Amino acid sequence: MSIADAAGAYRAAEEAAGERVARHWPEGHGLRGWITTVDHKRIGRRYMVTAAVFFTLAGIEALVMRTQLTLPEGKVVSPGVYDQLFSLHGTAMIFFFATPMLFGFGNFLLPLMLGTRDMAFPRFNAFGYWVFAAAGLFMFSSLLFGVAPNAGWFAYVPLSGARYTPDLNLDVYSLGLLFLGISTTGSGINFIATALKLRAPGMTLSRVPVFVWALVVTSFMVVFALPPLNLANAMLFLDRRFGTKFFVPTGGGDALLWQHLFWLFGHPDVYIIVLPALGIVSAIVPTFSRRPIAAYPVIVLATVATGIISFGVWVHHMFAVGLPQLAMTFFSAASIVITIPAGIQIFSWLGTMLLGRVVLAVPMLWALGFILVFVLGGVTGVMFAIVPFDQQSTDSYFVVAHFHYVLFGGAVFPIIGGVFYWWPKFTGRTTSVRAGLWSFWLVFAGFNLTFFPMHIAGLLGMPRRVYTFSPGLGWDAWNLLSTAGAYLLAVGLLVTLSTLLYSLRRGAPAPPDPWGGETLEWATASPPPTHDFAVIPTVYSLHPLWDQRTLDSFHEESRSPLHVQADGHDVLRTTELDAEPQLGVEMPEDTPVPFVAAFGLLIAFTSLLLGGYLAAIAGAAVFGFSLMWWLWPRDRPGSSGGGERRGEGEGGGSAGGEREEASA
Amino acid sequence: MGRRTARAASPMTSSVRRRLGHVCRAAGAPALLLLLSSCGGAAPSTLSPAGVGARRVAGLWWLLFGISVVVAVLVAVLLAWVMARRTRAGVHARTGSGRAFVVTMGVVLPAIVLAFVYAVGLRDLRDLAVPRDPHALVIEVVGHQWWWEVRYPASGFVTANEIHVPTGSTVRLRLSTADVNHSFWVPQLAVKTDLIAGRVNEMWLRAEHDGVYRGQCAEYCGLQHGHMAFHVIAQPAAEFASWLAGQARPAAVPAGGAPARGLRVLEASSCAACHTVRGTRADGKVGPDLTHVGGRRFLAAGAIPNTPGYLGGWISDSQSIKPGNAMPPQPLAPEDLRSLIAYLGTLR
Repeated sequence: MSIADAAGAYRAAEEAAGERVARHWPEGHGLRGWITTVDHKRIGRRYMVTAAVFFTLAGIEALVMRTQLTLPEGKVVSPGVYDQLFSLHGTAMIFFFATPMLFGFGNFLLPLMLGTRDMAFPRFNAFGYWVFAAAGLFMFSSLLFGVAPNAGWFAYVPLSGARYTPDLNLDVYSLGLLFLGISTTGSGINFIATALKLRAPGMTLSRVPVFVWALVVTSFMVVFALPPLNLANAMLFLDRRFGTKFFVPTGGGDALLWQHLFWLFGHPDVYIIVLPALGIVSAIVPTFSRRPIAAYPVIVLATVATGIISFGVWVHHMFAVGLPQLAMTFFSAASIVITIPAGIQIFSWLGTMLLGRVVLAVPMLWALGFILVFVLGGVTGVMFAIVPFDQQSTDSYFVVAHFHYVLFGGAVFPIIGGVFYWWPKFTGRTTSVRAGLWSFWLVFAGFNLTFFPMHIAGLLGMPRRVYTFSPGLGWDAWNLLSTAGAYLLAVGLLVTLSTLLYSLRRGAPAPPDPWGGETLEWATASPPPTHDFAVIPTVYSLHPLWDQRTLDSFHEESRSPLHVQADGHDVLRTTELDAEPQLGVEMPEDTPVPFVAAFGLLIAFTSLLLGGYLAAIAGAAVFGFSLMWWLWPRDRPGSSGGGERRGEGEGGGSAGGEREEASA
Repeated sequence: MGRRTARAASPMTSSVRRRLGHVCRAAGAPALLLLLSSCGGAAPSTLSPAGVGARRVAGLWWLLFGISVVVAVLVAVLLAWVMARRTRAGVHARTGSGRAFVVTMGVVLPAIVLAFVYAVGLRDLRDLAVPRDPHALVIEVVGHQWWWEVRYPASGFVTANEIHVPTGSTVRLRLSTADVNHSFWVPQLAVKTDLIAGRVNEMWLRAEHDGVYRGQCAEYCGLQHGHMAFHVIAQPAAEFASWLAGQARPAAVPAGGAPARGLRVLEASSCAACHTVRGTRADGKVGPDLTHVGGRRFLAAGAIPNTPGYLGGWISDSQSIKPGNAMPPQPLAPEDLRSLIAYLGTLR
């Protein structure tokens, strides 16, 4: 039997094995189902919706700030409120929007792209979401009480110390980020484990989609970059609450230590945000160029190189703090070198399009718009690698313009493009093309009108983070333009949101593969069933759905118990490098334990904030007991059995392996 | 090192700038013209440099800007080509890997351009190093939330928010902070340097022309970060010397009338607890030294002009002008306030 396309592959697999597999993958309903689910697709959607809510809140903050800066000496908000708005805006966009949104994409797409049925640790995944949601609630509710963080998103000491900010603002910041860090680190580990152990047979490392590479590199970066941030925040909390002197110069501490620790996290974090977004572009561009991505090994190498080099550039945020010249020359060189991998990716997409036949669908338009604005953000990024120019322009509006071109252009554009691209897969609906065009052009125009003038305001000497400015300094017109742009941008984003909401209610049902995509997620229904794939395919190339043998495997492998895994709630485990099949492993069922554990942490962190240390211990106990319940070894009757053991090193036997996995 | 700093932007960068100027005028690039036209006014613009350091960096900017325009145009043209040519009905996707294109455009060409840019950056970094000139005038600047304390150690006096320098001479600045981090930035004169808690940083500047150059704190430092400006006044050496001598003298004792009464108000009220006026009993150390406040152009770190009206408003209720600053409202009787204003006006 020869299968014609992805939809055919989906139908063949469902016909052969759908019923047998589906009964082991029940979907929870009602409130209980909502709280207990461990389905990566529901969790992924949940991440994206929650992150979008935080994006909206932080966007409204930005709009208030732009309104305040419309005219010199504006009086829309007081300086105290303005400081909370810009601090929470940055903190929220970086920590509570960008990374969780992209991890939402990852959660939904990674198992689908790899041809498996869930993340490696589904309960840990659910736990990660609940911790993220609780930390977001923790952080944003502070605004209602007037104690939102107010020392900027990088919270420099001594300003962020107890002496100069005695209220709770910075305790909310340090505890909120520590709380969130648990979720982010956990997700990173989960992505790594999933990508290394659950790839469909045949998906060797040289056949892994660029998006997956990007997510795995990002996850490694998360694992290595968050410890310095967590350390810094723990020390800040101890300084503020218990009078330690880590950052207090008069007590033998060092104010610059905070800056080093923060940026040792902070610069890799830029790539933690941007890399998965670039991965989205690397998924969109080949689909709408009707050919595989150009120079795949080079772009993968570039992605990995970015992850490594990004740990050696942090001092370019500190060129004005008075460091020795020799040190600055080193970090300047590293900051210049890191533009090369970025350039590789740009020209890989351009090469793909130049060699391809391009279809200007809505997602592709977002990718094209992204390339232009990201290049503009990239060239100003090179400028900041040059020490004297950096010293002149850092902390001015020029840098505000630069990082919005990089982060809004480099992350939000691909995110929205990715939402339009995978919307049929997320929701089972198609979106209006005309509304999508309006959404793109309004956002594109609004974005450039908002942020381009900031370059000029910065060159004209306007410092960032000022709640107002004096008239007659040449800055008035540029600020007025920026504010007008901000409102246009808001309209564009509203149109985007309306387009998506309308599609959710009225959109036409989507077929499995509306775009003719190359990666495995299109070979299942839109939205996918809980078990994702009835038959795990064998992957024969980098672009499996454009490859006849892989398509045929959806039918042919239905005779192999290894590929069907129909004896339980099972997935197929494969080897790390060559994706040789190893054995079936049973995945955990739905459970409320992650929710309870996260709730315990919320109590603990809130009590710590308010100084109720006994209550904090009680919250930690709730967390600890749920972990014990979670990890308690339990014998499960009727094990998976479907897994044929292959290879060596599985001495514990499948039963031991199953128990271990089941509790994870 | 000091010798080389005397040179203005190198021939290479200034010729690039000139060429760019021709190009954009010829092409009439509207954004660029707008940008250039707005540099001429009162803006403390990095693009209208009046100091050696700022001029060097402005040259660097035009070089980087030129390269950036080329890169952006190249990418835009390729994108336009894709949208115009590769979307046609008859076009077929080609199967080549495209690796040669990606490596040439994404690795080889950028590496050459970036190496060049890095070398230029290194040269400028070296040339902008603090010169080891033992005779240079040293000024100490201490950041406070939210004003600038300015000390002339060789002359032994303290002033605030206004830094006078002799035009054409190298001035070394020692930067420290009394509280949180700040950043010292006069865009037209020199690159910025942070004031870091627990440390002393050094920078230097040399004004090429007489003038008043606005500076502002560039590191977020709390509520009134937006109103923490200062001015650098570059003046001919002789004028500067007489200013220096004048500042070193204590405040003149008023002969009589309103100013004399104002002095009594100053000494009797809470003013004296926070401010110093040398030669009087006012010797507070919390706020700016007011010994010669009457000669300054602005009040409250650049927030308001120094006129009797603004001064009166500031004394009565500074919190309505600069919320959160350390000075409480002063409920003085109208006659006392008028006398005080008159007295402060005499302190030149």
